[in-house]
Amino acid sequence: MTTAPTNVITVGAAMFGDAVAAQAVGVTSVDWRPPMPGTEADLATVLADPLRRDANARALAAMLGVQASLVDVAPASQLLGLEPGQFLHAGPPITWDRASGPLRGALMGGAALEGLVDDPEDAVALFESGTSVSLDPCHHHGAVGPMAGVVTPSMWMFVLEDPATGRRTHCSLNEGLGKVLRYGAYGPEVLTRLRWMRDVLGPLLQTAVRTTVQSSGPVDVTGILTQMLQMGDEAHNRNRAGTLMMMRDLAPAMVESGADAADVAASLRFVGGNDHFFLNLAMPACKLALDAARDIDGSTMVVAMARNGTDFGIQVSGTGDQWFTGPAQLADGLFLGSYGPDDANPDIGDSAITETAGIGGFAMATAPAIVRLVGGTVPDALATTRRMHEITLGENPRWSVPVLEFQGTPTGIDVSKVCRTAILPQINTGMAGKQAGVGQVGAGLVTPPAEIFPAALAALAERTRARA
Amino acid sequence: MSSHVTTRPGAYADSVRLLQVSRTVQGVPGVATAQVAMATPLNVEVLEGMGFTLPEGAGPNDMVVAIQLADGAADGALEEALAAVDEALAARTESGPSEEAAPRTTGAALRRASGSDALVLVSVPGPSALAEAMDALDVDHDVMIFSDNVPLDQEVALKRTATERGLLVMGPDCGTAVVGGVGLGFANATSPGPVGIVAASGTGCQQLLCLLDHAGVGVGSALGVGGRDLSAEVRGASTREALRRLDEDASVELIVMVSKPPAAEVAAELREYAAGLGTPVEFALLGRGQPDLTAAAEAVLRRLGRDVPDWPVQGGAIASEGHLLRGLFVGGTLCDESMLIATEELGPIRSNIPLADGLGLGADLDAALATDAHTMVDFGDDALTAGRAHPMIDPTLRLEQLARAAEDPRTGVILIDVVLGHGAESDPAAGLAPVIAAARPPVIACVVGTAADPQDRRRQVAVLVEAGAEVHLSNAAATRRAIELLGGTR
Repeated sequence: MTTAPTNVITVGAAMFGDAVAAQAVGVTSVDWRPPMPGTEADLATVLADPLRRDANARALAAMLGVQASLVDVAPASQLLGLEPGQFLHAGPPITWDRASGPLRGALMGGAALEGLVDDPEDAVALFESGTSVSLDPCHHHGAVGPMAGVVTPSMWMFVLEDPATGRRTHCSLNEGLGKVLRYGAYGPEVLTRLRWMRDVLGPLLQTAVRTTVQSSGPVDVTGILTQMLQMGDEAHNRNRAGTLMMMRDLAPAMVESGADAADVAASLRFVGGNDHFFLNLAMPACKLALDAARDIDGSTMVVAMARNGTDFGIQVSGTGDQWFTGPAQLADGLFLGSYGPDDANPDIGDSAITETAGIGGFAMATAPAIVRLVGGTVPDALATTRRMHEITLGENPRWSVPVLEFQGTPTGIDVSKVCRTAILPQINTGMAGKQAGVGQVGAGLVTPPAEIFPAALAALAERTRARA
Repeated sequence: MSSHVTTRPGAYADSVRLLQVSRTVQGVPGVATAQVAMATPLNVEVLEGMGFTLPEGAGPNDMVVAIQLADGAADGALEEALAAVDEALAARTESGPSEEAAPRTTGAALRRASGSDALVLVSVPGPSALAEAMDALDVDHDVMIFSDNVPLDQEVALKRTATERGLLVMGPDCGTAVVGGVGLGFANATSPGPVGIVAASGTGCQQLLCLLDHAGVGVGSALGVGGRDLSAEVRGASTREALRRLDEDASVELIVMVSKPPAAEVAAELREYAAGLGTPVEFALLGRGQPDLTAAAEAVLRRLGRDVPDWPVQGGAIASEGHLLRGLFVGGTLCDESMLIATEELGPIRSNIPLADGLGLGADLDAALATDAHTMVDFGDDALTAGRAHPMIDPTLRLEQLARAAEDPRTGVILIDVVLGHGAESDPAAGLAPVIAAARPPVIACVVGTAADPQDRRRQVAVLVEAGAEVHLSNAAATRRAIELLGGTR
């Protein structure tokens, strides 16, 4: 390095950049700002960790190397060994006494669906006593669930597999929008729909998926994600193209299944009429990829972001299964009907796994329609995706954004970069009513509580110091 | 309360846009609630839940405009609301510029500059410097760290990483570098030439650059390594890499290593390392019994077979009353050099960067400069720059103390340095001249600069001389002259 550089990147005092520019050398100035308060020492420790660079490179490569395939559909009792009285839910661990309205509503509806109670209202006593029921996060069982994310033994689930390793993830079937269990509604129409999904839709999808796997191989969910991102979906709040492509792939086998034509028609109508049907495939595909990046010593990459309606939690590759939690925030967005901000529950659901994997809010630029949820503009959408590149480790070459010159989506949230820039991950989300039973009240944008990132950083720093 | 529901068959807008339209209309005076939506089954349910009755046959391809007026709404409120619906549906957001925002970290800047040979220059506050510098090392770029107040263990960690990857960390606390003729930080404008410098001292490097420049010898690269690089903890990690780089550069005939005296074992290791290089290395290690910077420059010139010129002096100072020498420096190495020279003639010098224990000045600069002893202050020391710009950029603090020293009847001579070059303030003489003109005691100034420096050295010197200062290019010569004016040993 004794030849003149063609470009100097300056970070800090502007005058040094000016002095370099005056010598006819190109200058790029970094818009540096102080890191989150109190993080300097931990940042230095973690960034100086000799394991970090390679650990993050391995985490990113492992995640990007996963191709998720849909291989089966079956009840949770078979797939996850769930017994009556066992309930899975979204987000980090929580108990009934701290559970929010929509999670309680979904648990009550789930208890009725499983026949533990006749009237969902009777389930309150069941959960308060806690003797015959147990709650556990989906994430602890290789699963993810949107919004309340309640999974009960009789619910049918998609099974996604990484053909290279045989690892699997699971997600329930999407019920649609409005008054649905995952938004905390548990009225008769909710239970009727769930029973139809259990008795008709689930078995039909199982036959269709199994037949399709046999005739033309597993359905490439990662591949559909690649395509839908170029068709205006960001795969969290907009899954329209993905849903239709999924239906295209499964419809022939559904028709040929020999099932009652009316049931096939009802199923196709249900899937085609539910723009979010594919969300429940995008989510486990993202989890399958992110799980490959778990448990790498020294890695600062976030492998899960999840909310239970009370707490927002993240898990980081270098800190194992530890959750770093803070209060879930209220989304900023638009409301259905006469609902307003006072009706909304704080952020809920495992669906932020899509942002963790670099889509959803991170791929806002490819789905400009979504930005209107907060009254934003198309330039806002472009800026959001670009901003997320500030806090991520790399790009996903498979998932590209045409309007940004096919740049890959920002991938692998780096705890240290979040602490340095104070830029928080941008999440697109639905909003549940805070009263149990209400259902969806709106949709919008939300970020995690800022303090969980310095907390994760401190844990990474502690491990680094212990290793040194 | 009165409800109004109309359908607009064939009209379409997406649900998000319609939510926005609804929100706009809800804000019209007299409107209790409003919903504009496509008549999908879900929306029909929502509308009915709000108390609206929909016309028979409304379907998913029909837009429904449902407005409920508040009791006592003014006449014409409905028309206003409907007009607001039309306006909101027709509204188009002006598309603003979609330029990319500036990168927020060095890593982000390097990602955008991927594939370039970009050099990174870090001058953020010390506690945050490692993060930015590590971004450069992570993608195999060299980095210069101007920041001071970087913890020593972080410096060690950065340099260990750089050594593993064959990269160069210049700094922390590296004030000066010239890389292939490009000046970084505080650097004088020089021409290409046969000399390469490795400097653990910023102003020491600048003094050498300027003396060699005056003698017609250019310096292609001067690689700073930071003042602590030769300490027992850092063990010359960057010095080794800088020596290696200069050794590989065929245009470099002679390498000059300028530093304060290193830890003894580190000095031995470096001399051994230097002996193994193909390019000769001249060590200019400032210290007791060692040659000063001007003597080092002269040794370099002789080694290159060049003539040693007379070092220029302009103006003429006259001795006056007062028995104390007051040195006020912006350059730490220049301050060190002057103390070494003055100590031999005048005895111990009190300083904020003392040569020996027991000679320190307290934290209170005002009190310290009132002591009845010879003093030399480095205004660029870490303790005086915390929360403030370097005195080469912001001269305020030194100008204040200079005025106080000039008023003190005990002051016999004032010795200052004026450092020019890239990065330094644009017209230092302008601030100094009135203080010098008002000073009773003589002022000796060393102007560290080259003819090509952006401040125009000739004009800077002229203004200082006009104000009454005697101006030298050699700091050693300036110091000896100050001692002479004081009447020698006291």
